[in-house]
Amino acid sequence: MAETTQTGDKIPVTVLTGYLGAGKTTLLNRILTGNHGRHYAVIVNEFGEIGIDNELIIASDEEIYEMNNGCICCTVRGDLIRVLQKLLQRPGRFDAIIIETTGLADPVPVVQSFFMDDELRAKAAIDAVIAVVDARYLPLRLQDSREAEDQIAFADIILLNKVDLVAPAELAKIEATLRALNPTAIIYKTERAAIDSDKLLNRHAFDLQRVMDKDSHFLDPAPEEEHVCGPDCDHHHHHESGEHNHRGQDGHHGHEHHHEITVESVSLWAGELNPAAFFPWLQNIAQTQGPDILRLKGIIAFAGDNERYIVQGVHMILEGEHQRPWRDNERRESRLVFIGRNLGAENLRRGFAQCAITATV
Amino acid sequence: MPIIAPLELESPCLFAGFPGDIPCFATVDGRVHSPAWHEAVPVAQGGLTAIALSAAGDYLFTGGEDGTVRCLNFPPAARADTAPEPRLVAHIKGKWIDCLAAAPQGGSFAFSCGRRLYFGTAARHGQPPIAGEMPPLRQWQLERSAEGLDFAAKGLRLAVARYNGVSLYWPELDAPPQKLEWKGAHIGVTFSPDRRYIITIMQENALHGWRLEDGGHLRMSGYPAKVKSLSWSFRGRYLATSGAPAAILWPFIGKDGPMNKTPIELGTRGDSMVVCVACHPQQDIVAIGYADGMILLARFADMSERVLRRSTQGAITCLNWDKAGRRLAFGTEFGAAGLVNPDEEIYHQK
Repeated sequence: MAETTQTGDKIPVTVLTGYLGAGKTTLLNRILTGNHGRHYAVIVNEFGEIGIDNELIIASDEEIYEMNNGCICCTVRGDLIRVLQKLLQRPGRFDAIIIETTGLADPVPVVQSFFMDDELRAKAAIDAVIAVVDARYLPLRLQDSREAEDQIAFADIILLNKVDLVAPAELAKIEATLRALNPTAIIYKTERAAIDSDKLLNRHAFDLQRVMDKDSHFLDPAPEEEHVCGPDCDHHHHHESGEHNHRGQDGHHGHEHHHEITVESVSLWAGELNPAAFFPWLQNIAQTQGPDILRLKGIIAFAGDNERYIVQGVHMILEGEHQRPWRDNERRESRLVFIGRNLGAENLRRGFAQCAITATV
Repeated sequence: MPIIAPLELESPCLFAGFPGDIPCFATVDGRVHSPAWHEAVPVAQGGLTAIALSAAGDYLFTGGEDGTVRCLNFPPAARADTAPEPRLVAHIKGKWIDCLAAAPQGGSFAFSCGRRLYFGTAARHGQPPIAGEMPPLRQWQLERSAEGLDFAAKGLRLAVARYNGVSLYWPELDAPPQKLEWKGAHIGVTFSPDRRYIITIMQENALHGWRLEDGGHLRMSGYPAKVKSLSWSFRGRYLATSGAPAAILWPFIGKDGPMNKTPIELGTRGDSMVVCVACHPQQDIVAIGYADGMILLARFADMSERVLRRSTQGAITCLNWDKAGRRLAFGTEFGAAGLVNPDEEIYHQK
């Protein structure tokens, strides 16, 4: 596992995902016209209705490249690597980069480019992956595509847009669905993508620096076992036993949906861990289950270590670093969240528990 | 010590070389400089994205963020103290010029914007281009974006590096391209001077090669970093490469090229990576540029080394010899540049 450095002087990169019509372009225009004094370079797939003259807008053809180690999850965006290498030759020309992806785009190769290409990794860092979601059409989208699921599951920030166009009860259900697909993301409800861009940009959401402390539900107390599924999960026994308490609202379990939601999340909770057990375990998980893991995020308390250790992963890529000393009023606990498919909650839970210092193996 | 004539450019240097045997430097802000000229020549609005010098040194092509390709013509009788007028030879509105290559001589050029490939000739009936007239362009739609372009030694064939291999075009003919396949992302390409081999740079810190006569594959791996610079040595006997703490030189001597052979490593350092290489045009000597700004000269035969520039801030981004092999032009990522005249003694074998 690589010790990462602070993002420091690296150029922050914000990735915008979301279906056509969800409000990505509106959001982008709001960000670019905002009175923030920052200069952005924006990479788009097509010049759309972005009517901004003084920002650098670059169109690029989406090129997904599989690395030839044969692992299908080791993909990068060749077009972004090519364009960004040229952009990053000139430090000081702009303050941040925004990458707008197409409606069906997979955010994973975008993000992995910043880990797998040495030059990009040295000069830029993902700041946040933002999914723009149309509140009206989310249930429909989830029904007909895996990409919609992936975009939500992968996001650090979800902009639930057009909330004025749905009834409050429906909105609550939608929010609960989002929360089920992605328990760690920050969710903002917006109309016409109106939001203070400070909430979206320069958040260090991806590297877990700030978000861990205050923004997300990450540190919400967890139940003893939390296995979160999408609306069509088949763990009916959980419902009956009342264990399935992650959804906030009940009754939204959409039986009108035909598409089976396949993304699930598994939240693990333990006390202090033994690093000699935890690292090999996590590396093994990434090796063996990497293709199924969309994201993993965690705050780890190691025995005898005065600092919080934070860990994150995308498929087989793992990153970890010490964040800051534990505060006196904080309980030294470890929490790890997996978002993906076929995760095998029970196996993960058992493995994680065995990393605890109190574990009796 | 060798003599260095330093030059401070205000922008990162992308090209240093000798078109028309005149020292020239191109900066990423879109200008071409020469100590021989009164002022720099603007060639691209916004910024320079690509640049290519013909092997004969007669044409320098530039590509920009503004979608323009311009050429600077350096005819043999040109005055060194007057900058040539940059001529617009192509304009693809709203696109960046991604890759650019110059034919060995005569003014033909190829470039790409994403999945479109273009070919044209700047010279008109063998004469230099005329202001205000853009040459006709041939163009091709590609299945995958071009990542690298190179003309073969006679300029009749054009190699296009792309995902999963290389396509070989005969840009003046209507023949379909010949396709060389190898799984993975190929992000740069070069023909061997004898045209027997095509070598590509791969995204995953390796080179791949094809021997054209039989389609045999070459795999050159083991690099700790991405290879960014390639240079064929005198008579194409070695291919020098960056991407390691030493310059890695693959032998192309004999029937099988580097197959089952170990490369020479020159200028090995423990504290910096080689990022740029330039083989001497007439001797088995290579100039090696490092990530910390050092430039070293190394001789293949006895591995003797000489420091040409001490380490300082900023990676070397470009290195090129003049035709006679007496002067070396360099540039760095922070805009430092210069000319080096190495001591004469380096050329004489002990």
